[in-house]
Amino acid sequence: MNTNLLYILFVAILVENYVFVQFLGICPFLGVSKNLKTAMGMSIAVIFVMVLATAVTWPINHLILEAYNLEYLQTLVFILIIAALVQLVETFMKRYMVPLYNALGIYLPLITTNCIVLGVVLLNVQSEYNFIESMVNSIGGGLGFLLAMFMFSGIRSRIDQSDIPEFLSGLPITLIAAGIAALAFQGFVGIAENLFA
Amino acid sequence: MNKSKEVFFQGFIKENPIFRLVLGMCSSLAVSSTMIASLGMGMSVIFVLVLSNVVISSLRKIIPDMVRIPAFITVIAGFVTIVQLLLKAYLLEINDMLGVYLPLIVVNCIILGRAEAFAAKNSIGYAALDGLGMGIGYTIALLSIAFIRELFGFGSLFGFQIIPEEYTILIFTLPTGGFLVLGFLMAIWNKLATLQGKPKAQLNCHTCPVAGLCGENLIRLQKAGEVDIKSENKKADAKFEKLDKVDIEIDKYAKPNTEKETNQ
Repeated sequence: MNTNLLYILFVAILVENYVFVQFLGICPFLGVSKNLKTAMGMSIAVIFVMVLATAVTWPINHLILEAYNLEYLQTLVFILIIAALVQLVETFMKRYMVPLYNALGIYLPLITTNCIVLGVVLLNVQSEYNFIESMVNSIGGGLGFLLAMFMFSGIRSRIDQSDIPEFLSGLPITLIAAGIAALAFQGFVGIAENLFA
Repeated sequence: MNKSKEVFFQGFIKENPIFRLVLGMCSSLAVSSTMIASLGMGMSVIFVLVLSNVVISSLRKIIPDMVRIPAFITVIAGFVTIVQLLLKAYLLEINDMLGVYLPLIVVNCIILGRAEAFAAKNSIGYAALDGLGMGIGYTIALLSIAFIRELFGFGSLFGFQIIPEEYTILIFTLPTGGFLVLGFLMAIWNKLATLQGKPKAQLNCHTCPVAGLCGENLIRLQKAGEVDIKSENKKADAKFEKLDKVDIEIDKYAKPNTEKETNQ
């Protein structure tokens, strides 16, 4: 049981990294990873919303949608829950947790339309995880996103200093660097298989 | 007549959603490993984009400004659900190929971006044309990525074998291939754009569909003097002040970092 959870966590962070392998959350990854501070703020906000969204959508999916054969409404219901949740969190933070709001508040509205949150919720349903497994998968996915953002805030500040051809600078070189990083993450596939076999 | 022509064709090259506007990157990387999946994705996006543009454009005077994003998302999610059901019923193979990326059309920046930037401001006819043009532009971009990835990765096009399998290059089928091909294609588009004297493709607040909601963008607009703070209400004032503090902190943090880098 415990190794199973560890396996899910390991796979979510490294093997099935949401940015490099599953291509979720590419927009914030390309847009916000320019400096460390914003990258960290965005990733922590994403982890926060992802975990919260999983905690709310799992019971709703399990107790209402699946119980009454309404699975076809999943997309609609999940995105509305996420949108409402983000708004609620923003309002709550603004009122009661001002320091946290100052740090994360500006990223919250962006997360509604971020495919990583809807993606993790849908993948949890597809993989038929139970509640604890879903939570672990969300945390792992969020940490994987944090890892990618952290790596690339460093790599991009390096790229900014280097002399690269004009037409490659900006987005193309970032995408190419991400491609090479994705290749490195392929290596974890074998480790996961052998470590938890 | 001229305007409708312009609206229709601008999505093809001038404002190509992937290479120029940098929207919908997630799906364009994920499904572009084969031509068939790309075509399926492109068709689904065209369907959702045209219909949601039409509905949003016709409701643009009814939807209050404050709740427009949730309203847009609800409309889009409705059409995405229709596509999901249709594909499941008639084209199960394509449904399985697209997997989780089909429901993720809901959060595809292209659709929300066009709703916010175009459909909410223009009449129904233009909104439909814009949706069709943008959708075709997106499909063209997807197919051009998929052409390279499928040809070199699997040696085939639309499933027909062209290059013998022993000469295929595995890396094009992996996620790495997606990033590399998109990166190099975007570099070529940038080069062509700079030759014509246009700016390079950038992912910034001018292209971001939810820019209207984002704190960072408000700060920038405020600095550029594009937003008259005094005309906003008091709550917004307080928000700007807080955001300004955050911005100053960000600047502080960023500066010593760059100095260190240059010293090395």
